[in-house]
Amino acid sequence: MTPSRPLGLIAAFAALAVLYALPAIAPRALVQDLFGVLTLLVLALNWNTLAGFAGLVSVGQQAFVGIGAYAMFAAIILMDLNPLVGVLIGGLAAAAFALPMAFFAFRLNGAYFAIGTWVVADIARLGISQWKALGGGTGTSLPKGTAKDMAFVDRIKAALDVSSAAAADALTYWLMLTLAVAMLVAGHVFLRSRMGLGLQAIRDNETAARSVGVDPVRLKALVFLLTAFGTGLCGALAFIQITRVTPDAAFSVIDWTAFVIFITVIGGIGTLPGPIVGAVIFYALQRLLADYGTIYLIVLGCLGIAVMLFARRGLWGVFTGRTGIDLLPLTHRPPKSAAPQPQASRRTA
Amino acid sequence: MAILSLQSVSKSFGALKVSDSVSFEVQPGEALGIIGPNGAGKSTLFNLITGNIAPDQGKVLLDGRDVTRLPPMERVRAGIGRSFQIPQPFVHLSVYENLLVAARFGGEVGAAEAPGFCMDILAQTGLAAVAEKPSGGLPLLQRKRLELARAMATKPRVILLDEIAGGLTDAECGELIATIKAIHAEGTAIIWIEHVLHALTSVVGRLMVLNFGRMLMIGAPDQVMASPEVREIYLGIEA
Ligand SMILES: Nc1ncnc2c1ncn2[C@@H]1O[C@H](COP(=O)(O)OP(=O)(O)O)[C@@H](O)[C@H]1O
Ligand SMILES: [Mg+2]
Repeated sequence: MTPSRPLGLIAAFAALAVLYALPAIAPRALVQDLFGVLTLLVLALNWNTLAGFAGLVSVGQQAFVGIGAYAMFAAIILMDLNPLVGVLIGGLAAAAFALPMAFFAFRLNGAYFAIGTWVVADIARLGISQWKALGGGTGTSLPKGTAKDMAFVDRIKAALDVSSAAAADALTYWLMLTLAVAMLVAGHVFLRSRMGLGLQAIRDNETAARSVGVDPVRLKALVFLLTAFGTGLCGALAFIQITRVTPDAAFSVIDWTAFVIFITVIGGIGTLPGPIVGAVIFYALQRLLADYGTIYLIVLGCLGIAVMLFARRGLWGVFTGRTGIDLLPLTHRPPKSAAPQPQASRRTA
Repeated sequence: MAILSLQSVSKSFGALKVSDSVSFEVQPGEALGIIGPNGAGKSTLFNLITGNIAPDQGKVLLDGRDVTRLPPMERVRAGIGRSFQIPQPFVHLSVYENLLVAARFGGEVGAAEAPGFCMDILAQTGLAAVAEKPSGGLPLLQRKRLELARAMATKPRVILLDEIAGGLTDAECGELIATIKAIHAEGTAIIWIEHVLHALTSVVGRLMVLNFGRMLMIGAPDQVMASPEVREIYLGIEA
């Protein structure tokens, strides 16, 4: 292990501490901005596991954002449930939708899979547009005060001495930040598990993987389901903060999938810290070019293309390649004690 | 009961018949050698046994159970392990991790026992020193050893070895034979495709000759090699 690794971890924890402290020290606008970036980060962490590790290049993740958001709205408006329960229902609804979606899309390969997921997402958008109780094609809003009435908002309001709206923003921000950390940890644990090892084997050589007992379809379906759940949770939480939902906004391929792909590709697809690097760059560009309208998107697009052409593993991949530093390695190291004496441990009868 | 049994298995690639009504049985713990010219259909026969290729006709039975329709991953778990003639390592994984995948999935070894189990096999196959190396960078000899080691890690009851001795020095070949004998001594059945005849005959009890997808002969090695028909083909290989 390189000495720079503990340093990197210390830096990461320091950054995390600052991020958690932010609502207490920074203006509300910054908290709102970062909420948007964190939303994209959570989506990117999920898409990275899906595309970068399971090889499932989906362009239909907006289906899960949209279904998560609408399920949350239904839970609050139609069933009068707690918003946070609504978020959980959003995740579960997205996972439930992933089952039939996988059944269809897993019959397709490569580009057809990508297009297939997109088509399914659009069908979901059209279907939701028919849901009159939630406003049909024009959408609906959360009842007034839903966000402000969430648990803890009063206490945050008192502790930070801010308005109810700002306290609600702080709460959703903390939840999204926590979701991002949880996704990162869960991603790391999953990829280092038996199933993660199987995924890496499939990525390297599917024929050989099958021949040592790995079932590619089963593993990929599991990843599809789990990332749908994560994406649905994220979508539901995002729309609690946005407070208004329409089919077009909730199922936007640009907002919920295209940006996410760019962020992941620029940061480093198939690497765990890649989406974080990508999200930071996305935010930096947005800030730097804020005065020029949406030009940051054009720059982002060009950067994405450059990375695809010249640095396939993204900026994090380039960084680890040059320095040998890897903050979240997935390697399994052999046990030290058993290594020497090749003859002694021979199992000859 | 035979551990493995093929019943009139046939397979064609277009007009080319690579497996022509092949039938034979392997008993538990037996070692069977397969020889035959290049293109005879030996590797294809392995692919038919493991499920990588589906036969046009015929059946594959494991312990008397019809496994013809089972996919490869289920046949591994049921006890059929294999190596590939052209090594197929998981290139971005280390040598140790290559075995870990095989042990955890195919061998159904638990998380706690898997590390020690894999290290034992690495030691046995002479790969302990390169355990942490990425398998993609290994020289050919070590890739071939990895094929053997990874197949062993799936805990097979019958192991299929496809030309793992080709290109080895005499000393290396000797080590390999010792390893295979050790596997055999543990009661694992072996089917071994090999051109290096002396290596093969030092291990196997029966020899099968395959030519143009047809099983020409099967029996005791010296009887098979004494047959004029086989000598003719076999000299063709040697030349
Ligand atoms: N997947 C395949 N598709 C088409 N032809 C194949 C395929 N696999 C093998 N063959 C052909 O089948 C014949 C037998 O191949 P193989 O079983 O590899 O022979 P051997 O291992 O005895 O050298 C060869 O002519 C080979 O080119
Ligand atoms: Mg062959």
